[in-house]
Amino acid sequence: MAGVIFDRVNKCYGDTEVIRELNLEIRDQEFMVLVGPSGCGKSTALRMIAGLEEITGGQIRIGDRVVNNVAPKDRDIAMVFQSYALYPHMSVRENMDFGLRLKKMDRGEMDQRIDEASRILGIEKLLERRPKHLSGGQRQRVAVGRAIVRQPSVFLFDEPLSNLDAKLRVQMRAEITGLQHRLKTTTIYVTHDQVEAMTMGHRIAVLHDGDLQQVGTPLELYETPRNLFVARFIGTPPMNFFRATIADDGARLTADGVELPVHDSLRRITQGRSGKEVMVGIRPENLYDVKRQTDHPTARIRLKVALVETLGHEVLVHGHFGSDERETDPSKLLVGKVDPHSEPELNQEIEMQARLDSLHLYDPETEARLGEEGE
Amino acid sequence: MSKREDSVGHVWQHLILIVMVLVTVYPILWVLTVAFSGQQNLAFIDLPADPTLGDRLRAIIPWPEQVTMSNFVAVFRDQPFGRWLLNSVVVSAATTLVGVFLACTAAYAFSRFNFPGRRAGMMSFLISQMFPGTLTLIPLYIIIVEWLRLGSNYLGLVLMYATIAIPFCVWMLKGYFDTIPRELEESALIDGASPAMIFWKIILPLAKPAVAVTALFSFMTAWNEFILALTIMDKESMYTAPVGLRFFVGGFAEQQWGFFAAGSIVAALPVVVLFLMLQRYLISGLTAGSVKG
Repeated sequence: MAGVIFDRVNKCYGDTEVIRELNLEIRDQEFMVLVGPSGCGKSTALRMIAGLEEITGGQIRIGDRVVNNVAPKDRDIAMVFQSYALYPHMSVRENMDFGLRLKKMDRGEMDQRIDEASRILGIEKLLERRPKHLSGGQRQRVAVGRAIVRQPSVFLFDEPLSNLDAKLRVQMRAEITGLQHRLKTTTIYVTHDQVEAMTMGHRIAVLHDGDLQQVGTPLELYETPRNLFVARFIGTPPMNFFRATIADDGARLTADGVELPVHDSLRRITQGRSGKEVMVGIRPENLYDVKRQTDHPTARIRLKVALVETLGHEVLVHGHFGSDERETDPSKLLVGKVDPHSEPELNQEIEMQARLDSLHLYDPETEARLGEEGE
Repeated sequence: MSKREDSVGHVWQHLILIVMVLVTVYPILWVLTVAFSGQQNLAFIDLPADPTLGDRLRAIIPWPEQVTMSNFVAVFRDQPFGRWLLNSVVVSAATTLVGVFLACTAAYAFSRFNFPGRRAGMMSFLISQMFPGTLTLIPLYIIIVEWLRLGSNYLGLVLMYATIAIPFCVWMLKGYFDTIPRELEESALIDGASPAMIFWKIILPLAKPAVAVTALFSFMTAWNEFILALTIMDKESMYTAPVGLRFFVGGFAEQQWGFFAAGSIVAALPVVVLFLMLQRYLISGLTAGSVKG
């Protein structure tokens, strides 16, 4: 068991910097998810831990050891690839013991490890089959099994679920989380899917364009995203944003046709900033039906309905605010949630209430969160 | 209605195909006929002074008067054809081994490693394929016979054939290696395999179809080649089968078409057998990379 530390790590391909000054500590036994859109450097970071990419600058430590110049096989890691990378010409058993045979482990121990791993993953009956005779989910399990038998101190997963269909993905998500909980092996998991990140990780590191945006527990990231990027990236449907101007010495936020009193918890931020523009963020679940009873302070917003999405347990309403003729202006589009049976009509004008104590304020220039940690 | 039109169309297609098949098969039937006729001349039917149409037709239909193995027995018993065949086997097998080994290792390097001269190397291989083979005859002769003194020598001919076969094989194999996912190698690297082990245990077993095609190509290059062998194999005992065959009919002495035909059939057999054996690989090897597996 060991933690992993990125200490001011850089990665360049020629003149292109793909990772800049990455500082990140993954604690022993932790399940850390690296998440971000494609090209953000998350896979490169993972491959640097594995030793498949050279480190241009800085240090990576696994446990107490600096591994910059350690060969992949000596790093005591195991990796599960997106394509599984099972050897097609070997049986499942041979795939699993390939690494152990190279370590010259004795047959007895090898068989014991394979038996145990295949029992945990439910692939005992597949051991003599070739990968091409397995379904996607089974291949995925074998790939995980191959990682487990090595008993490494760190597991690395590179988007392992992206080739599975949606249903199987949910199932494997739970299995991998359960497995990590059981084995307590430090795990670093790369994905572009924020739902995977939210549901699986103890902590999440959000990367964008080679820069670390924020590290924290799923809830921290959801409730206090440090900048606009994280706020947009975490949560489905994503957080709503619109530009507003601070008025009345910070007591009100005004935008086209929208007037929101500023809640006490945010007054500290808005005070003395009259006339300044801010980006106001509000999550769709905090913009709801006027009929709903609530103890929270709210304010009404008029919307013209542009799209209604019925999901069964709730209905998402997309609507534009303001008096602009350009009714398709995306910067004035808000998404809110209403009860399943109150389906509004298209183009109907409706009122919704916005919860005032859970607004997020961002600086439109720096995109940083305004408030305790953002300022 | 449309069904009828379809079947009429099929009749035409079949007629054309049947004619094409006859055109292709006719010479081969003649070779068989001459080989099994037991005679040495091509015109084995003596037309009467005043031939009827039937006589003329009979003369152009490849069917022997009598079927005998005597030509086959004679090429091995009375002529040194056995020796020539052995020469061909030795040279072709050696060319295949050398060609496939060097092509595999070179192609893997071209496919996976970045080194100075990588592009230039691949390009020079490609360009060498653009010139007619005979153009290299003189430089190869100078190098192999005059400098290395390997005239009338197995090694000399094997070297020559390898230089011809390798460029094509390298391109063929590189194309196949490129389709093998790098992640397999990375996975093996993490598992603790050395680059050599990855090559032998992961890449080569996966490239079997392409290796089979390359092997067959190398073998056939050597087995069927005539001009280079004729040029550097001076001694009669060192002739390869194609060169030997030529001397049955090429000289000033009596033309021995029967021996030539019998020898050709024997020489064709190994290639036919190899084709049949490797057929499965050939199909998957030649279409390698064209569709996602």
